Formats: sequence, structure tokens, C-alpha cells
Amino acid sequence: MNDIILKAENISKQYRLGVVGTGTISHDLNRWWHRIRGKEDPYLKIGDTNDRTTKGESSYVWALKAINFEVKRGEVLGIIGKNGAGKSTLLKILSRVTTPTTGEIKFGGRVASLLEVGTGFNGEMTGRENIYLNGAILGMTKKEITSKLDEIIDFSGCERYIDTPVKRYSSGMTVRLAFAVAAFLEPEILIIDEVLAVGDAEFQKKAIGKMQDISRGEGRTVLFVSHNMAAVKSLCTRAILLENGLITKEGDVEEIITHYLNLESERLVYHETDLYKLKEVAILNSEKKRVSNISNGEDFYIDIALSIKQNKPDIGFCVAIYNELHELITAINSYHINSAIGNLAVGNYNFTIKINKYILNTGIYTLNFHTNNSHGKLYNLFEGVTKLNIYDDGIRRGDNYKGEWPGKISLVPNIVIHEII
Amino acid sequence: MNNPTHDTHWLYTISPKRSAINLNFKEIWQYRDLLTLFVKRDVITAYKQTVLGPLWYLIQPLFTSITFTIIFNNLAGIDTGTVPPFLFNLAGITIWNYFTSCLTGTSNTFGANASIFGKVYFPRIITPLSLVISNLLKFGIQLLIFIVFYLYFYFQGAAISLNGFILLFPVVVVLMGTLGLGFGMIISSMVTKYRDLNYLVGFGVQLLMYISAVVYPMALVEQKMPDFVWLVKYNPLAYIIETTRYMVLNIGALPYWGLVYTFIITVAVFFMGLLLFNKTEKSFIDTV
Repeated sequence: MNDIILKAENISKQYRLGVVGTGTISHDLNRWWHRIRGKEDPYLKIGDTNDRTTKGESSYVWALKAINFEVKRGEVLGIIGKNGAGKSTLLKILSRVTTPTTGEIKFGGRVASLLEVGTGFNGEMTGRENIYLNGAILGMTKKEITSKLDEIIDFSGCERYIDTPVKRYSSGMTVRLAFAVAAFLEPEILIIDEVLAVGDAEFQKKAIGKMQDISRGEGRTVLFVSHNMAAVKSLCTRAILLENGLITKEGDVEEIITHYLNLESERLVYHETDLYKLKEVAILNSEKKRVSNISNGEDFYIDIALSIKQNKPDIGFCVAIYNELHELITAINSYHINSAIGNLAVGNYNFTIKINKYILNTGIYTLNFHTNNSHGKLYNLFEGVTKLNIYDDGIRRGDNYKGEWPGKISLVPNIVIHEII
Repeated sequence: MNNPTHDTHWLYTISPKRSAINLNFKEIWQYRDLLTLFVKRDVITAYKQTVLGPLWYLIQPLFTSITFTIIFNNLAGIDTGTVPPFLFNLAGITIWNYFTSCLTGTSNTFGANASIFGKVYFPRIITPLSLVISNLLKFGIQLLIFIVFYLYFYFQGAAISLNGFILLFPVVVVLMGTLGLGFGMIISSMVTKYRDLNYLVGFGVQLLMYISAVVYPMALVEQKMPDFVWLVKYNPLAYIIETTRYMVLNIGALPYWGLVYTFIITVAVFFMGLLLFNKTEKSFIDTV
């Protein structure tokens, strides 16, 4: 059971920046000239690490550098990282869309990759014809598709329209049909991009549920690339974190997610006006330690470090907490302490908001912060000042339910039993 | 970690090494259903929502033949012997069209399919192959119209007859398709980097027709423009067209050595195309 089904050794990928197509003939000739003399490719030596925020020295860049990892049979590996960390490049290499510049990947089973749903869908063809075409593109044989056709149609819920050209479908129906085909793929290794990010929230849930079935129930090996931490959390058994084309961390999912969120919140909000200086907005646990991962059974604090630069300032603030679906869960305002703030003198202050345990449900939350005057007129808005992962302490579950806990908040119910006589 | 016993169990390996020819026939065979489905798709979608549908396949060669007959035979006075000029032109155009549709279709394989190729892996060769096959259908329809006119002229008493070599006609068609595929693969591989070629193919094919003996018999060039005859003589396409006319109209002579030459060129072009195509498919997505 513990055998290795996929092994990536020293994978690197180099890209040329700027306008591809101009000046390539000279580079090609130079490369060829080096090759026939048996020398190394002159453009492979130069190149910077992949950090889109800094200005590099050369026009070649390493999108991935020396990536090594192994995947065991039946494992669900999450590959996470910020935009531009190299996730998509790795995905493309794994699904054989492009080749690595160096290194090699060995596969011990049939691979199917799902970088998008509905690849090769043709609007002129009917739903049924598209099931066959899309299935074949994804690597199924006609026979396999025929044997699963009824299930696919059933799962898609498009039975009535199955002999209508797909261009007449609503976009939602097209996605459902496309996903239905993908859901019945039976490779030994499945590589999935954030295709799940399409469709409405309900469909996403259905899709994630199906993915869980595939990986858990059927013991399939899955590589899941995403920056949706919630999906990674609910699907994966192990994760690797990519940063600037390098694997910086590898291991337990919770641990990696925490690390990732820390990275995200490390960019301090530092802002200064004539009136105030905002230093940071941090999450502290009940021991006043800075964290980004906390159990739902623990009180925590939102700590705002603010310097006041005028006596009796006209200032207030608001912290807004959003869930993974960008729904506002709550906004915490300072109106009720207006008079207290209005009496402050010049100095450095910490405003600490206590959030009681068992209020927020498990999940990943994003905090927005804004400053305003005492009447609510906005001074400045800071989006995504910090992120927070709340995990389940298990108490409300008893020993029974293991799945996701529904609902937006999580009160621990106080159930009292009275016997009626 | 490096358990050597597992190393033998790897199904396949991805690496940057590009061996000259590593065409995986087993893999292509596994994807044969995709090939038939691509052909089916091409056929289904070709003339969706057009009023005339497949009739367009007929209109193009007919009008081209009429135009050529007027210009080259009536106006310029090219002599086609006892064969009606219209039928002479139609024969050439029908087989020539198969070549051009294969060439232009496959020469943009990577560009036209970038959205699919960028998302999923399958042996890329399936795409141009399916085009060559679905174009056969178009060729078949055009051949049918040729037969109709052939019978018409035959019963009108024109001096035309089939040649015994007609049994080898499928070989000529395969040769033509393979040549179109070969050139198409070569161009498609280079077009991913140097897109200028796209423009070249458009009018290059038109120019090529004039040195491929489509609208005149090869012997006529020898007779009238001996200085330029090499242009036609080195052109493998000219021999295929000459042979076609020899088979269906029984005019000219079978260019034995020309055909051997054509066969060698075809095989060479095809394998060169395969080689380049194979090399390109691995990383074209970075340059397209």
C-alpha cells in the first residue's frame, strides 16, 4: 500500500521573459552552435528565481527550480502556493502538456489530468457526442464511456437535453456535463487544478464531495493544485508548499496551511497619516501569542497596533471578517467606544478585540480593516490584512460525526434534558 | 527512499531529453477511439448551419475548373489533346485539393488546438491524422462529382477511358495524403516559433499549384519552356497529378521513375515531419 506511484526528481523549468518571438532566431542559433560543439546550453546558466515582485537581472527565469517529491499510492497531495509560485507550471509538466527543462518524473500508473472541465467541447455537437469526445480526450476508450454513459448523464442532470447541441446549453449545464465526464474517469493518478473553482457554491460542494469519494472511497492517487485552502483542507492528506518556484515546506496539511497563511499575513499593514499610524493587525491566541491557526474552542484576540498623533483624535475603526466564500460574517466597529477614543492623547495604543470561543465555525477567514472618523466617514480601507484558520476541537462532535460542520457559526449547544412527569 | 525494485514498475517517464524518434505506437493505438471521434467531429461540424451543406465541397472544384478551362484552355490555349479541358482540369484539381486541404489543415495544428493541447495530454499526432482522414471524405465527394462528369463526357462520346492502373489509384491518394501530412507537420512545427510561415502557406500553396502540372500536362512544359522544366520535374506533386490523369483519363505516360522519386520524397518528408512534430509537441505550449 505504501509504494510510490509518482516520483519527481530535480524538476526545473525555465522560461524566457518578455516578448517571445523577437530575437529568438539568434538565441536559437547560439544554442545550436553550443550544442554541436558539445557544450551546455548557454541560456540555462543564467536566470533568476521566480519572484515576480523583484526586478530580475536576466530575461530568463526559473519558474521551478530543483523540485523533488514523491507521492504514494492512494495519497491525496495538495500543492499550494501564491499566484506565480509555480503551481501551474508544475501542473503542466505533470500532465505532460510541456516538458521540464531539467529533471525527470516517473509515473507508476495511468494518469489523467483535469486542468479544466470540458476540454475540447464542441458547441455544434450534442451532449452525448461531447461526452464521448471529451472522455476520449481525457484518455477513456469508447467502450469505457459507453459502459458509464448512463451514470454520466444521470450525474450531470442534463438528460432532457442530451441530444441537443451543447451551444444551446446554459453555461451551468455545460459545466455540469463536463464535470460529470471527468468524475467518471478512472485513472490511477488524477491531477486536478482548481477546476472546482467554477460554478456556484452548491456545485463546488458537490464537486468537492465527488472528489472526496474518488480519493477516499476508491483509493485513487490525487494531486490537487489550489490556492483555495478550504478545498485543500477537506481533500488532501498531505501538502507541499511552493514559493518562488521552490518547495519550501512539505508535510501535514494543517501545518502547511498554517504556514501558508502566516506567509500571507506577514505583509504588515503599515500606514501613516497626520492623524494616526497603523502598524499592524494581528491575531493572538488566548496566551497572547501571535498565531494564524486556532481551534474553535479557544478564545482569541484581534490586536490592532495604532499610534495616535493628535490629542483628542476623531478616529474610529472597523474589522470585517469574511469567510471563504467572501461572505461577510461580522463587522466589529468601534462606535461604542467613540468617547473613549476621543479622549486619547498622543501615544502608541493596542486595541484588542476579544472573540469568544465557539462562535466562528471552522474554516479560513480573511480580515479587512478600515479607519474612519467618529461618524463613520471612511479614512482608509485595508483589504486582507490577515488570515485565520479555525479548526475543530472535536467537542461538539461527540465521537460520531467526522464530516464538515454545516453553518456559518458554531455555537456549542447547551442541551438540557428534562424528564416530564 | 530509492527502492530499486520499484524502478522497474514505472509505466512511463517524463524527461527533457528529446530522442530523435520516440513515436509510441502503442500509445497511439490506445487513443484510436479519439482518432475516430475527431474524424466524426470534423465531419459533423464542417458545414453546420450552412444552407448548402456538403454542396460547398462541389461548388469550389466545379467553379475553379470552369475558370481554369476558360483562362488556360480557351484563352491561353493549353492543349489537352483529345480529353475535354474541363475534365482534364477537374481531375487535377480534385486530387490537388486533397493535398491542399491536408496541408493547410495540418499546418496549423498547434495554433488551432492550443487550447486543448495546453490542457490535456494525448499523442498530438492524432490531430493531424484525423484531419487527413476526415479530408478523405471531402475528397470522396469531389471524386463523385468527377465521376458524374466523367460519365457525362463519356456518353457524349469524348475519347476518354480508364487505364488498367486505376486499381492502384488508392495508392496515389495515400501518397498525396502522406505528402500533405508530412509538409503540414513540418510547417506546423516551425509555425509555433516563427508565425510568419502562416502567411507564407496561404499564397505559397497557390503558387505551388502552378508548378505542379495541375492545369497543364507535364510534356507541354518540356516542349514550351525547357529552361524551367526542372521546377516541375523536381516537384513530387507533379508526378502524382500526372499519374492520376494517366489512370483516370488514359493520357500521357506513367512516369515510373517519377513515381519512385515521389515515393522516396514522400517517405522522407513524412519522417522529417514526424521528427519535427515530435520534437515540437513536447514544449510548444511555451512558445505558441
